[in-house]
Amino acid sequence: MTPPLYSFASAAAFALGLALTSSAALAANATVTPSAEGIIVYNAQHESLAEAWAAAFTAETGIKVTLRNAGDTEFANQLVQEGAASPADVFLTENSPAMALVDAAGLFAPLDKETLALVPENFRPADGKWTGIAARSTVFAYDKTKLAADKLPKSLLDLADPSWKGRWAASPSGADFQAIVGALLQLKGEEATAAWLKAMKENFTAYKGNSTAMKAVNAGQVEGAVIYHYYWFGDQAKTGENSKNVALHYFRHQDPGAFVSVSGGGVLASSKHPDEAQAFVKWVVGKGGQEILKTGTSFEYAVGNGADSNPKLEPLAKLDAPKVEQSTLDSKKVTDLMTAAGLL
Amino acid sequence: MPRRTLSPAASLATLISILSLLPLAFVVFVTIQTGWTAAAAMIFRPRVFELLVNTVLLVALTVPICIALAVALAFLTERSDLPGARIWSFLAVAPLAVPAFVQSYAWVSLLPRLHGLAAGVLVSVLAYFPFLYLPVAATMRRLDPALEEAAAAIGDPPARVFRRIVLPQLRLAILGGSLLVGLHLLAEYGLFAMIRFDTFTTAIVEQFQSTFNGPAANMLAGVLVVFCLLLLALEAALRGRERYARVGSGAAMAPRRVRLGRTMPLFLMLPVSVTALALGVPGVTLGSWLAAGGLDIWKFDAIGRSLGQTLFLAIAGAALATLLALPMAWIAIRRPGRLQRLLEACNYVTGSLPGVVVALALVTITVRVALPLYQTFVTILAAYALMFLPRALVSLRASIAQAPVELEQAAASLGRSRANAFFSVTLRLAAPGVASSMALASLGIFNELPGTQMLAPNGTRTLAMAFWALSSELDYAAAAPYALIMVVVSLPLAWLLHVQSRRSAGR
Repeated sequence: MTPPLYSFASAAAFALGLALTSSAALAANATVTPSAEGIIVYNAQHESLAEAWAAAFTAETGIKVTLRNAGDTEFANQLVQEGAASPADVFLTENSPAMALVDAAGLFAPLDKETLALVPENFRPADGKWTGIAARSTVFAYDKTKLAADKLPKSLLDLADPSWKGRWAASPSGADFQAIVGALLQLKGEEATAAWLKAMKENFTAYKGNSTAMKAVNAGQVEGAVIYHYYWFGDQAKTGENSKNVALHYFRHQDPGAFVSVSGGGVLASSKHPDEAQAFVKWVVGKGGQEILKTGTSFEYAVGNGADSNPKLEPLAKLDAPKVEQSTLDSKKVTDLMTAAGLL
Repeated sequence: MPRRTLSPAASLATLISILSLLPLAFVVFVTIQTGWTAAAAMIFRPRVFELLVNTVLLVALTVPICIALAVALAFLTERSDLPGARIWSFLAVAPLAVPAFVQSYAWVSLLPRLHGLAAGVLVSVLAYFPFLYLPVAATMRRLDPALEEAAAAIGDPPARVFRRIVLPQLRLAILGGSLLVGLHLLAEYGLFAMIRFDTFTTAIVEQFQSTFNGPAANMLAGVLVVFCLLLLALEAALRGRERYARVGSGAAMAPRRVRLGRTMPLFLMLPVSVTALALGVPGVTLGSWLAAGGLDIWKFDAIGRSLGQTLFLAIAGAALATLLALPMAWIAIRRPGRLQRLLEACNYVTGSLPGVVVALALVTITVRVALPLYQTFVTILAAYALMFLPRALVSLRASIAQAPVELEQAAASLGRSRANAFFSVTLRLAAPGVASSMALASLGIFNELPGTQMLAPNGTRTLAMAFWALSSELDYAAAAPYALIMVVVSLPLAWLLHVQSRRSAGR
């Protein structure tokens, strides 16, 4: 019973702590003095990755990190509802549309110049309100025992063809898939996207979560699934039990299906511990955070300047991804279109 | 003694009832605010029709199967000479200790292809039939065999006696249990998400995750609410006004048990196979994941923290629900009347709302109007109290009814205040009822998932949340310890309910 009572006590001490720490934060300019309550991170990234980041950051700086876990779009809309009253200090996502939504509502504080300098320009928006922290590639994960290489779809758009009816899967309620639809919307326009989603509703099988969709491919329930690359690498690194029959097909040729999604991190303008929050985002895109991407089990791409990704991954440069303006991906329009298509 | 002013208990009960209607009022408010055209566009679309078909089929198939199973098992354990009847009776209640989403996790990892309507019906029957078994078995135990003997004496064969005499007397128990099962089916999220069967509740959670309390989620919630109200009305209409009490002097005699004779092994197959499916499958799957995971999956600090938080929320939430149910239970017994019936109806309506709807309302209300309460323990405990108040009410009322009013009056006439007399005399006598109210409510809180995810304070990670996060990353092995702990902590509660139902039947 101690932990909840403790959090009760810390919640009660919150107001008191506020007065004390804001003056402390002002005093400390160069290095950040850890406050008693630390920072609250709305985390939509994989829990294990965020936990690894938070633990290493806390060990290095003494700043306590409390994670609240949910999905990209849920948090983005939640932050908009909460506005200036949000308890969150930092927002981490798996994809960009959620970052764009919060940015458009004017809720982010500008990131420190040094933080921005750590990430190449193509992985962050021009306004400097948030930054890419990792990246992930769209793939078609297919059953290699059933599909020969020449029978694979050439483009993501091919999956709308009636010949693919009942043969592929996706997780439409997840932010990952919605980011892919966002890229499709930006590249091909509203009409083409709506038509593709309508055909998708006819053709595909819905699973909850990308890993579940991959598991279904592996078990022979469907021939392929539109997911991100790292589910396969993650499973291969463990037992391979859910991916032994699965191979990855990269669409390349700047196809919407070759979309590389940028995961984002930003500091909320309403943060009560802005210095600690800035320090955390800087740490994530810096050497320590990006090293965890390379050596850890997340298998997401590192995006920091000069940072290497896990050598097992297909190099980012070889993916021939389409040019997508990550900072204007429209999650609201995407959920509207998907609701209209009967997918949500 | 006519009274013009409300007694303190009645005023309290009225206040609590009004507060409990807040989520329902919110759904209505959002619908009005959205405007009829926009609301209609979101309600009358193909997706909603799909969900409607799924949900109707689910309820229409699951409830009758649960009834048949519960009646058959109750007959075997209470009225036949089945060997080990008492053990089978407990084993028919024990599935309550297996959270519904753990039940489907067990089935999905055993048969990965399991999905859709058939899977939904199978797993829901296994998870929820005890809600019918408990009242049906308790009633069967109480039946006066005189009626049956009279029927037999005029030459009715046993099957006909059962159909014409026993079954009608079980009506109230069957209806009450069916209502409970039906409402659970409407509210359940984890079970159906895991086996890929879409209902209104899973769709609301998905909409919420895509838009955070968007109008679309609220309109789905509105349809779901209508559904719940229909079930309540249906149950009330079927209940009718017949008398079920025994008339005449003397005590009912103990029923004679039917001799199964040579067919016994055949009948024994039923409880054996139900136990194998409802308890054996989760047991075997959990066991194999625990064995496969080895010692690595026992992250004791994380598990300990989750357990502590879950116990805290369950105990505090159950205590609050029970406390809020007290005035209602008291006036139901001591001052029954029109007002009391109205208040009770209010609470049943709220209790029938799925946790998702209650949470959806509380998120928006606190974030917009009562910001200091947003993401605090106050809000999550209030949500639990609203969701589980009717559970607390049922057993409280039964046990207060058994505490003689004369003792309370005597205490009052000896100079104690009314409240003091109630707490020191009646509540003490009703203690077993309080205990089972708390047990029922905390069992619900233990297994609650979507509401907790939406409302809990930052840093909260209940056992159910941790289990769900790990199992949706397909880390079935790491999820297993959380499932095991949920089952182990729930087992004594299931045992308590079993014992309590026997006691209320007088033996």
